Amino acid sequence: MRIDAKGVYYRDLNKKIREVVAAGADKIELDNVNGQYFIGDGINKPVTITINGVPGNDLGAFMNGATIIVKDNGQDNIGNTMNAGKVVVHGHAGDVLGYGMRGGRLHIRKDVGYRVGIHMKSYLENKPVLIAGGKAGDFFGEYMAGGVLILLGMYSDDTEKPKHGFLLGTGMHGGVIYVRGGVDEKKLSNEVGVFSPTNEDEAELKGYLTEYCKDFKLDIKEVMKEKFVKIVPKSSCPYGDMYTPMPR
Amino acid sequence: MNKLKPTHRFQKDISNCGLTGFISKSGKLVGGEVIIKSIALMHDRGNGLGGGFAAYGIYPEYKDFYAFHMMYENDMALQLTEEYLDSNFHIEQQEDIPTRRTKAIATPPVFKRYFIKPLQTDKYKEAIQFQNMTDDDVVVGHVMRINNEIEGAFVVSSGKNMGAFKGVGYPEEIADFFRLEEYTGYIWTAHNRFPTNTPGWWGGAHPFTLLDWSIVHNGEISSYGINKRYLEMYGYLCTMLTDTEVVAYMLDLLIRKHGLPPHLASLALASPFWDMIDSLPEDERQLLTAIRQVYGSALLNGPFAILFASNKGLIGLNDRVKLRPLVCASKDDFVYMASEEAAIREICPAPDKVWAPRGGQPVIVEMDKGVA
Repeated sequence: MRIDAKGVYYRDLNKKIREVVAAGADKIELDNVNGQYFIGDGINKPVTITINGVPGNDLGAFMNGATIIVKDNGQDNIGNTMNAGKVVVHGHAGDVLGYGMRGGRLHIRKDVGYRVGIHMKSYLENKPVLIAGGKAGDFFGEYMAGGVLILLGMYSDDTEKPKHGFLLGTGMHGGVIYVRGGVDEKKLSNEVGVFSPTNEDEAELKGYLTEYCKDFKLDIKEVMKEKFVKIVPKSSCPYGDMYTPMPR
Repeated sequence: MNKLKPTHRFQKDISNCGLTGFISKSGKLVGGEVIIKSIALMHDRGNGLGGGFAAYGIYPEYKDFYAFHMMYENDMALQLTEEYLDSNFHIEQQEDIPTRRTKAIATPPVFKRYFIKPLQTDKYKEAIQFQNMTDDDVVVGHVMRINNEIEGAFVVSSGKNMGAFKGVGYPEEIADFFRLEEYTGYIWTAHNRFPTNTPGWWGGAHPFTLLDWSIVHNGEISSYGINKRYLEMYGYLCTMLTDTEVVAYMLDLLIRKHGLPPHLASLALASPFWDMIDSLPEDERQLLTAIRQVYGSALLNGPFAILFASNKGLIGLNDRVKLRPLVCASKDDFVYMASEEAAIREICPAPDKVWAPRGGQPVIVEMDKGVA
């Protein structure tokens, strides 16, 4: 099923997508998408939506089980409060990716912006994984409460840019961040510590990255060539003592 | 000529706006329909209570004259302003700003433009000879007086070879009203407003201007009070009931009056945090320390993405922690800046480069030497 989205208002486009999904489509290809907001939002069927063009903000928000493949760049707020499913972006993406994400996968090939993985969370089998192949802006993993954030720093258009920005893991109190080739410790927040991954961690990491590499036809051996560091919060309640001392 | 107190006394504006702009460094003239297409893509970032455009290179036949775009809310304002202009300026040409009557724009004010130069009055001679003032300073003084003292008259823009067009409506409706497709320019910026704290009125739409500075802004300047009082010490009076106004005057003060290069002025507006300054090499540390100390009252607090333009070029700037979106792209001699990449791709489908600037790091694009 192909839909030409050229000049189509976002509401009309999303209504059309929902109708097609309700009618049982399992593959939808959207052509000439440019800036339409909210594509794939709240869709709870295992449909695959391929997007040719740059989709607008809040792509895949509240999504529950669908797959979205973006052949170009993405914008801000992808996977906002996403529950399950996958978003694959072949270019770069913007700020506030995976906001409050509670399950599923978000695979970005190139750079990502500020506040990526902000307040991601996990519960039992619901464990979101967000992987960025390029470099990241400031506040990576801000207020992170659960799930897995992985930064490769490998596939960026900007060679000058540092791998990650300032205040990585600020306010982080759950979950784990893996960064390929180490981090700049001056740019970490006070709330996190840097460790070497355990053998179990390595196995889990390799599982996530194998899927990522398959999506972009990358060589997993190349990705695993360098060591990763593991970043976890020092406390599950970093601001507990900010206003009143907490009973221990 | 005492101005009535406005019914609203809000001091700031929170907005979830959209902005876009581009520049041709070599001075290629581009029709207004291009910027309209870009801002119209972000229609839903605004709510119909403000749209506006700034265009550079649109009046080459009058490029040596200050182009005053005037907005009049009543006949008395028009009459008083024309008397004022007549006694202070040589008026080379004056005319209605061409508009198109459309259904979307309900009750527009009257718009006129004047291509003018200061007259050699005694007051002018005194200012130039004894007060160390320039023509630009004299013009700034007149802009402040008209805005502040003539009830219902507002200077929409006052630069050479440029103009601002703005009002209440969605930007594409404002563009239609002002027949923007009939203009060509080498720098264009546009704004789609979503006012939440101040009235959506014609003067409150972006861009805000002074001389050939124009500012479009997405965000909220929580330091408005400090900035406003600081500017008042230098004779700038804020009359537009909206926070963005201070940015226009601040840049005029820092760049034109105090002679700071644009990148240092940007660092005064969005200064790095102290711990970051302290980690820099000694000479940079001293420079940035001095800027923060001297221009503490020029620091803009709160979330913002702004585009500021002049005849010299186009600059994009984010707040230090990037709380508002800003994306840039380049293609040949064009540079584009917008709230959303899609707004750029709408008018430049295959850019050479697309990037997201860092918070607090200005993207400065200057016109090629000898152009404009």
